[in-house]
Formats: sequence, structure tokens, C-alpha cells
Amino acid sequence: MSGATLERGLNAFREQMNAPVATFFSSCVNCGMCAEACLFYTETKDPKYTPINKLEPFRRVWEQEYTIFGKIKSLLGLTQPVTDELLAEWEELIYDGCTLCGRCSMVCPVGNDISYMIRRAREGFVAAGYAPDGIKNASRRAITIGSPMGVKYPALKAQIKHVEADTGLAIPVDVEGADYMALLSSMEIMNFPEYMEALARIFKQAGVSWTISSEAFEATNSGIQIGSSDIARELVSRVVVAAEKLKVKYVISPECGHAYTAIRWEGPNLIGRPYNFKVVHILELLDELRANGRIKTEGTEDARLTFHDPCQIVRKGGVLEPPRNLLKMVASDFVDMQDHREMNWCCGGGGGVSAIERAEELRLKVFKRKTAQLEDLDVDTLVTACANCRLVMEEGLEAHKLEIPVVGLTEMIAEHLVEDKE
Amino acid sequence: MSTPTDFLLWVRGPGFDIALVIFVIGVVIRLLEMLVLGRKADLAEARGSEMGPGLRTVFTRTLPEPGSMKRSPFTVIGGYIWHIGFLISLLLFVPHIELINSMLSVSWPGLPSNLIDAVAAVTIVTLLAMLFSRLNHPVKRFLSGPEDYLTWLVTFLPMVTGYLAYHRMIDPYPLVLGLHILSVELLLVVFPFTKLMHAFTFLFARWYNGAMAGRRGVQS
Repeated sequence: MSGATLERGLNAFREQMNAPVATFFSSCVNCGMCAEACLFYTETKDPKYTPINKLEPFRRVWEQEYTIFGKIKSLLGLTQPVTDELLAEWEELIYDGCTLCGRCSMVCPVGNDISYMIRRAREGFVAAGYAPDGIKNASRRAITIGSPMGVKYPALKAQIKHVEADTGLAIPVDVEGADYMALLSSMEIMNFPEYMEALARIFKQAGVSWTISSEAFEATNSGIQIGSSDIARELVSRVVVAAEKLKVKYVISPECGHAYTAIRWEGPNLIGRPYNFKVVHILELLDELRANGRIKTEGTEDARLTFHDPCQIVRKGGVLEPPRNLLKMVASDFVDMQDHREMNWCCGGGGGVSAIERAEELRLKVFKRKTAQLEDLDVDTLVTACANCRLVMEEGLEAHKLEIPVVGLTEMIAEHLVEDKE
Repeated sequence: MSTPTDFLLWVRGPGFDIALVIFVIGVVIRLLEMLVLGRKADLAEARGSEMGPGLRTVFTRTLPEPGSMKRSPFTVIGGYIWHIGFLISLLLFVPHIELINSMLSVSWPGLPSNLIDAVAAVTIVTLLAMLFSRLNHPVKRFLSGPEDYLTWLVTFLPMVTGYLAYHRMIDPYPLVLGLHILSVELLLVVFPFTKLMHAFTFLFARWYNGAMAGRRGVQS
């Protein structure tokens, strides 16, 4: 992030230009329908939050440098260049006002994948020095300390001790040759240690050989959020090195949404080669254990439940069936929100937004979309599968004075797990 | 070009040829300049395939996502009416079919002229309504620039001049027919250099969208 200049930003935009981006920009007729798919527009009614508008600086580079007529227009002085002022003005739109949730990409009538372009455009913003301090600092901590929240291994070790004391089970660390290496997000380590507890109990019961690496336990990737491939590559590489050192067959992405995007979908492209291991999301693994009869549950939740589909896991991650397969095991009164699965509305804090302090007011405002969805259902409990969604929704529900507890799906399964007594 | 007949002869002769050449070469160059940018091979292990879901999205995006239909009904329905009306007027009006037949030696049955007349009238009114919406809807007004109004105009002119020519509402007839053909030439010339290109590129855009989602196991 040092030495960021406009020229570097423009170069980053150029590096991100490709055939999909060109056909997307060329196809947009400014119909405005993406606005209605974006909670930042629907809850503020401010047209500046129209998804395609967030890409204006990137669009200008495309038009002026990659189209024949744009080049002619530029020569004649008929176009407006991309300037520092423009990027400064757009920084709020492309970071604070977009969670990379990808809902707009599902509705565009000409088929534009707008969130794909936003992810790419952020590369230009960060290279030019226009990224919010909150995500910049998180990225700096991730690179220097190893975690965006500043969680070092001793902190994890302390939590492991607590979990071991509570469960009476050993948490395997640095076990070479284990089948699975589990990753955690800082939020799960510090705020939701029940996730680790759930893993320990479920894996013990199912006989899964697993380990945590003391060198690479952090799953989150601020580089993906800020839009810096250099940072993202470094963070992914740490996981890859650790997994290959421990010779595991699988790496388990935790419930955290963007961690899954980072390690599952972007990772191999960042390091420039396929992995020697497979990546599974924890819900995929649990669903597989369920299907193979390796885990069984007893009893059901009495509460009326709904499930918040984390954007990066479901719409953009393709983990579609496992959440509901697992919920069927433990929920007797389950109801879906009106827009769900691939069309669910974002919690409003993804894509790094929850790390931007100055965006808090906006984030709580757009959370009205979620409260409206919930008020339609009259549910007692909200289940999800992303630590970030969970924290954002807990804050949002509190701010909107709704008393609905938010629970992680993995720990809900663990609560109903049938365990052999030894 | 001193008389209306000279004007008509020019626009349906050299004028039309020039416009057609600019259109064809322009579209080819524009498509090439986009597609040669390519995209890097995706190294992440695929969950699903690209081709099938990509092609599926090319078709399914023709129908609105239910939420969008509810939230933007005017844009969706108005968009359908004028696109379909424009295509019917262009492709099913018998004199147009005869013109295409004379150039490409392909032909198909047309619709009765009075039916085309009604379709054209509905299309013209819808296009005016779409312009009104663009000028008044907060999002559309905010997004729109000169190109959006230019592309509207060059789409509208062939419709309205065609309507005037059919009803012989301007004398002499060669003048109004010439103006109609000239407006089509304007559309052809403007087409490759503006967002009118979406009429071709939407196929690629939808395919990329569907393919990239399909790879992750999602039908977009």
C-alpha cells in the first residue's frame, strides 16, 4: 500500500481489463434495474449507490483506452479522465457502499456480472491509495501479525485450552498426515469459540482425522476485501504452505463467507497453480458426514427458525444444498425468507464493509432490508453460517431493537449430535 | 440531389451502402476489440461446468428475476414491448422482407400491413414513455448521459419516419421514404460506436455471467 499513485491505480485497472469486463460495459444500457437489487440503493434511495455507477472510474478506463470510439473521443478531448479526485469521490461507493454480495449480477437483463467487476476495480482503487483506513489497517495486521484482528497463535492456544477443558477432547495441532486441516476466522477464535468446540465434538464422533496448523490457522483474507491481489496472494500462500507441509488431503474453510471465496475460488489463481489438496466448506463436509451416516442427531429445535444464506458461501460459493440438508436434521419449524438461497439479501457487512468504521451508520441503515425480511416471518432464531454475517446481524438486530438470537449452523448441529459415551 | 427523387435514389443507393459497410466493419472491430482481451484460465477446481450454465443464462435472462419484475415493472414491461415491437416492424413488414430478399436472397412470410401499423404505433408510444421514464426516474436520470439520449433518438427516428412514410403524412412521398431510409442509415452508423452494441454483446455478457457462476455450481 506504500507508494500508491494514480498511475499505479490506472495500471491496476488495465491489468484487470478482460473480455468479460469489456462485454459487460459494452452491454449496459443504464436501465437501472441493478439499483433495485442492491440494498444500498433500496434502503437509502440514493441513486449514487446504483451498482453499475460504482464502476464509473473503471468504465472510463475501458471506454477511453479499450474502445475505438473512446480513443477518438479522448483525442478530441471529449472524455473526462480518471483523476485522484474521481477516485477519492468513488472510494465511498465502491467500498462502504458495496459488500460484493453479487445480487445485482443475478438480475442484470443483459447479464453483467457487476460484483465481478467491482472486485476487479478495487485493485485499481487500492493501488492508487483510495481504500478505507479500516480495511487498510486490517490488511496491515493480517500481513504483519497474521490476522486482521491481530490474533496471534498464543491467543488461539489459550482458546484451545478452554475448549479442551470444556469438552474433555484434545484439539489436534500440527498433526502431520491428518486428513483435514481446519482453518478458523479471528472472529470465531475470539467471539465464537463454540465453533471450535463443535468441530472437536463432531469430528471425534465421526472419526475425522483433523488438525489445526499453528502457522496458518487464519482463514480470513483482507486482501480479497481491499482488492489487493498481492496481499491476498501472501495470505493464501501461508495456508497453502502449511497444508502442504502437514501433507493434508483437505483444507476446511470455516463458516466465514469471504474466507471461502479466498481459499476456494481465488486462491489457486492468486498463487498461479492448482493446490495439492482439496478445499471444502465446513457445511459441505458436515453434509457429507450426514449423507454417509457418520453423524446423527437427536431432538429438534422448538424455536421457529430461518436461515440467512451468506452471499459468499451460497450465491457466490455454490454451497447450495448442504445448509438446508443440515437444517432438516435439527429444525422442526423451519421457514425460508421470501428471497433466499441465490437471491438472499446481504447482511450489509460483507466485502470488508464491517471493517470500515466510518461505514457503520450506512451499514446499520441498510440492515433494514434484513429486518424487513425477518419481520415477515415472525421467527424466534436466525441461523447462519458465516461469523461475519453473524456479528453484523447481531449488531444490526440490536440497533433495530429486535431480540432474535443469531446462531451458527455448525454449533447447532453439534448441540444435537448423538455422541458415544466412553 | 436537387429533387426528392434524387435524394431518395442517393439514400437507397450509395448512402445505404456506406452505412452498411460502416455498420458491418464497425461491429466486427468492436467485437474483436472486446474478445481479444480474453480471460485467464481459472485454476480453481470447478464444481460445475461452464458451457451448459452459460448457454442457459443466455436464454433465462430474457425473463426477469421475479423480484425485479415487482420492483421495476415499467422498465421490464416497457422494455419487452418496444424491443418486440421494433423487431416485428423491422422483420415482418412485407416491404422490409422484400428489401432483405433482394440483398440476401432469403425470405419469410410477413404480417398484414395494418397489423404492423398498429404494432408500430404501440412501439412509438412505448419509446416515448421510456424516454419520459429516463428523464424522470431518479436512478435512470442519474445514470443517463448524452449517449443514452442519442441511442434513444436513433432508435426512435426509424420508427417514426417509417410510420409517417406508411401513412404518407409528408409530401412528396420520395422525401418521406428517403428520410426513413436516412434515419435507418443513421442508426446503422451510430450502432457500432455506442451501447447499441448491446444487441450483440449481451450474448457474450450473459454467457460469461452464467459460465463463471456455473463453474462454482450456481445457475445465475
